Amino acid sequence: MTVEATITRSETLERLRTMLLIRRFEEASAQLYTQGKIRGFLHLYVGEEAIAVGTMRSLRAEDSVVSHYREHGHALARGLSARSVMAEMFGKLQGCCRGRGGSMHLFDTSLKFYGGNAIVAGGLPVAVGIALADALARRPLVTACLFGDGAVAEGEFHESLNLAALWKLPVLFLCENNRYAMGTALERHQAQTDLALKARAYGMPAVSVDGMDVQAVEREVGEAAAAVRAGGGPRFVELQSYRFRAHSMYDPELYRDRGEVERWKQRDPIETLARRATEASLLQEGDRPRLEAEVAEVIRDAVAFAEEGTWEPVEELTRFVYSDRRPS
Amino acid sequence: VSAVAATARTTYREAVRTAIIEAMERDPRVFLMGEDVGRYGGCYAVTRGLLERFGPERIRDTPLSESAFVGAGIGAAIAGMRPIVEIMTVNFSLLALDQIVNNAATLLHMSGGQVNVPLVIRLATGAGRQVAAQHSHSFEGWSAHVPGIRIVAPATLEDARGMLWTALEDPDPVLIFEHATLYNLEGDLAPEAGPVDIERAAVRRPGRDVTLLTYGGMLRRSLEAAGALSAEGIEAEVVDLRVLRPLDDRTVLASVARTRRAVIVDEGWRSGSLSAELCARIVEQAFYDLDAPVERVCTAEVPMPYPHHLEQAALPQVEGIVAAVRRTVGHRV
Repeated sequence: MTVEATITRSETLERLRTMLLIRRFEEASAQLYTQGKIRGFLHLYVGEEAIAVGTMRSLRAEDSVVSHYREHGHALARGLSARSVMAEMFGKLQGCCRGRGGSMHLFDTSLKFYGGNAIVAGGLPVAVGIALADALARRPLVTACLFGDGAVAEGEFHESLNLAALWKLPVLFLCENNRYAMGTALERHQAQTDLALKARAYGMPAVSVDGMDVQAVEREVGEAAAAVRAGGGPRFVELQSYRFRAHSMYDPELYRDRGEVERWKQRDPIETLARRATEASLLQEGDRPRLEAEVAEVIRDAVAFAEEGTWEPVEELTRFVYSDRRPS
Repeated sequence: VSAVAATARTTYREAVRTAIIEAMERDPRVFLMGEDVGRYGGCYAVTRGLLERFGPERIRDTPLSESAFVGAGIGAAIAGMRPIVEIMTVNFSLLALDQIVNNAATLLHMSGGQVNVPLVIRLATGAGRQVAAQHSHSFEGWSAHVPGIRIVAPATLEDARGMLWTALEDPDPVLIFEHATLYNLEGDLAPEAGPVDIERAAVRRPGRDVTLLTYGGMLRRSLEAAGALSAEGIEAEVVDLRVLRPLDDRTVLASVARTRRAVIVDEGWRSGSLSAELCARIVEQAFYDLDAPVERVCTAEVPMPYPHHLEQAALPQVEGIVAAVRRTVGHRV
């Protein structure tokens, strides 16, 4: 095996491993939700793993990420540990936000992962500002901003794209089009369903990508990120995808038929990559069971960690409403 | 050189502008953005000349996108800058409430102490210029409802000059409500006037008979009322709240404990208001100090009308304050 092939194989295994980690993490979360360990809103990412993995592989450690409320996959792919994310969802002190944010509000400033924003489109202006700070400081960095197709109907989407394009800021707008704004189908909430067209209206280069193909995501997001980093102003990438599970754990899925879900499942991003890698002999016998076992162990460990975690003392309820440090 | 000789004639507008200039010169992380702050020179001419002085990178004209540029201020603050965001008038801040309430006020607590938002927002507030029901309201009380942000209301030249400095050193978001009728306020200010605290209320006029609690655009009117009352032999103590969140209970309650009577003068509406909050705190914490019911002088509960006579009828006036004080002083337990 050549060096190049070895790199390709290890990269392929890494992509597969992270997608499997996200998938199994989400499945475990659903189970833990039914057991009452995780409460509140829980939005699962099953079906959309290729976007998180392809995107995060295209970014550098110094880049920033602003995400939305279906962000467990983004967090894990960015490098937050399964332990800290799971503990957060349990509401435990050992979680990435001391358990205060829960499923929808994962933050880790050490990884420049800024949420976890559960107001649809609310993260876009913040991403524009982070990019503005980088631009003013002449840092060649990218701020990746993830949001769903539902966000495209919000005013903040349009205000933010306009402002980023006007000021040529290094923002990478990543629209995860999973075809539903909660339960409202794209055709029922957008007069113009070609979402990339909206970005082009702001003078911003935009592409649409098969979000079920991790390699395509990585290639297109990587190219867009490079252009942004080079100072070419913001870019927009629409990632066409589908969530296989309900919007949240409360959703009886009255708005879509099973047939549609099953058709999309034929395009499962994990199986697509596995099939392609097997055909190219990059995935060998024994790899998949080994990866599954590794991932299962990571999740078992994360759940145990969360179980053993402690609750933040009630005395700290009001801590961090304001900073402890005051101007002298 | 005497202290008097060291002061210079200036205006509230000049004081704010000087404060911005000093901040820009002191700290390269500071920049200003907002609608028409650059070429136009600011809706209230506060930022005139700053674009020429600091250039378009640090004095940034924004599109009319309150949510985007306030959110961008939050993002820039998170990423290490010290932005000053100007919102042209308080009614427009409603278009940015998502960013102010759901992000600026929330991120530090929700992220378990990780994400500081050292953002300063300046907004013009208040009525009195016949600009009708979409440019005249006083939403500082509303903003003060929200934990996680600090709300200040400079009513003097010293505070107009000094609060911005301290606000920029605050690791948390600070909203500075500048009453639009104060920009032309003239007075003397030491050229080297520096930072002031943004923690405490201030007694602007001492008095023994009644406490007038007020802030912002109503301070002058309250002082005027106190002057008129003094001629009648009633000595009113005027407390300028200065900081509307968190409220400085100690200064307020200490004054009420001395005078045993309180009249609250607030340009906001009465229902569910800052004046209601103050009244509640006094009743909760100083009930047995009181010799009379707390009085409130607030703006009539109407959208601000355009014609002068109706606008003035809606707003708290000196006569109304004086009448409220007479009622409370005349009250016998």
